[in-house]
Amino acid sequence: MLSLTKITKKFGGVTALEDVSFNVEGCTITGVIGPNGAGKTTLFNIATGLYGQDAGNVYLGEQNVSRMPPERLVCLGMVRTFQNVELFGHMTVLENVMVGLHTKSKSGIFSCAFKLPGQRREEKTIRSRALKWLEYTGIADLAEITAENLPFGKGRLLEIARALASEPRIILMDEPAAGLNSRETMSLAELIKKIKGSGITVVLVEHDMELVMDVCDTVVVLNLGRKLAEGTPREIQENPEVIAAYLGDG
Amino acid sequence: MTKAQRDIIIFAAFCLAVLATPLLLQGNYLLNVFVFIGINTMLAVALNLLLGFAGQISLGHAAFFGLGAYISGILTTRYAIEPWMAMVAAALCVGVIAFIIGFPILKLKGHYLAMATLGFGIIVYIIFNETVDWTGGPSGMSGIPNLALGPLIFDSDMTNYYLIWVFTLLTMLLSINLADSRIGRALRAIHDSEVAARVMGVNVRLLKVQIFTVSALISALAGSLYAHTMTFIAPASFGFNFSVELVTMVIIGGLGSIYGSFLGAAILTLLPEFLRVFHDFDIIIYGLLLIVMTMFMPGGLIGGFEALAAAIKRRKEA
Repeated sequence: MLSLTKITKKFGGVTALEDVSFNVEGCTITGVIGPNGAGKTTLFNIATGLYGQDAGNVYLGEQNVSRMPPERLVCLGMVRTFQNVELFGHMTVLENVMVGLHTKSKSGIFSCAFKLPGQRREEKTIRSRALKWLEYTGIADLAEITAENLPFGKGRLLEIARALASEPRIILMDEPAAGLNSRETMSLAELIKKIKGSGITVVLVEHDMELVMDVCDTVVVLNLGRKLAEGTPREIQENPEVIAAYLGDG
Repeated sequence: MTKAQRDIIIFAAFCLAVLATPLLLQGNYLLNVFVFIGINTMLAVALNLLLGFAGQISLGHAAFFGLGAYISGILTTRYAIEPWMAMVAAALCVGVIAFIIGFPILKLKGHYLAMATLGFGIIVYIIFNETVDWTGGPSGMSGIPNLALGPLIFDSDMTNYYLIWVFTLLTMLLSINLADSRIGRALRAIHDSEVAARVMGVNVRLLKVQIFTVSALISALAGSLYAHTMTFIAPASFGFNFSVELVTMVIIGGLGSIYGSFLGAAILTLLPEFLRVFHDFDIIIYGLLLIVMTMFMPGGLIGGFEALAAAIKRRKEA
């Protein structure tokens, strides 16, 4: 589904990523873990087109999507969420998800300003589909609330609902459990499994080991910009190199 | 009652009030002021699409207004082109100019965008002053013909009022429609988080240029209307001060609020009439207003009213 081949990225003299390669199989959950500064978020930013890499390629299915901007990647079925939750704060929860349907609709400025019949029909579809995604993530009762007034945990769910609304094939989540309490993390785990169950591939960067070991089919470990290990959660837990990296044994 | 139904009722009530106003002001010089309020509302709404919706500043919008006025003026007085045709030509020309400069300019953000649009405004202002053969230079251009519809000539305060306000109301209606649509949401999304908007598939760069173009085009239309109703134009009306005044209107009324733009335009047009004693100090008063508003009422008057209404409601419930 998604393959990264020999990704290298330097910031000035600092090498953030070096020769990182791995494959993500369709309909699986892959976790990318590693100590702080290992390059996890940088890898995500490259895969989703926010940064350009210095070397290496990103393939989505068979297609080379290296350096493609995010607004095109979402049309090809790849979408992401952010570590710091990037919501449209002044818009309602429902409107946020409606923006998620941007690529699934096509009315332009002219037909929107004149409310042409096609645009009205499309607007109805957008609204009902957005509501469906709010129900899917369990926040339909918050539809009319302004997003900046949401509690953090609900904001996370909203961001996921908005991403799902674009009907992706693959969703990349950057630390979805950060800042969540244990009950919220448990329901997040259920949601992630449900997303996989509906045929969407999931990749997550995560610090919460319990969550990673619970939901992931494959785990990739990064350390100091290199891939340290890759395997099932059990293999990773028993890998001496990984244990050393996490315990700070240089 | 759904939001869409409420929107229609509010707009209908606003239209009625606009239509009825001249009957109350018959023979009063204020009618002429209300013509200006109409033009300024149109300009403020146009700028609001860019500033309030998409969150992109322009300190050069007076230039688009001026270009519309001068293109209309030059085409009708020098080439004897029919005023309605001149108006369409002016709007299209300015739209093309905005589209072309929009691509490089709107790559800039924040202060840099403010500086670039400011620079554009100043360049255009200098052109108005220096190309004397075309524009008449600082002393202006007169004898611009009135618009006419068959036997009806728009040459009195009363006819001008209705002419201007038909265009203003139409601009307001289309902008209200736009606010609650796919494009309106995408614009507001850009305002709140550009990166998230991109990730959701909004072509941020193109959409910014498109709304900049639409905003400039409406401003040019207002400029043409201004030229044909006043029949005289001079560069002083299209300088930096007026660009700042437009931004002040939008902010005082409330970013993103169409009726707010009307309120802001009305206040800033009426204010000088009541503050004639302070004449040369008006720019200072605008500056003070802007500072006070952004400090204490960042949502503008409309935002302030909404907060007040919410507070009263809470108090009643408590």
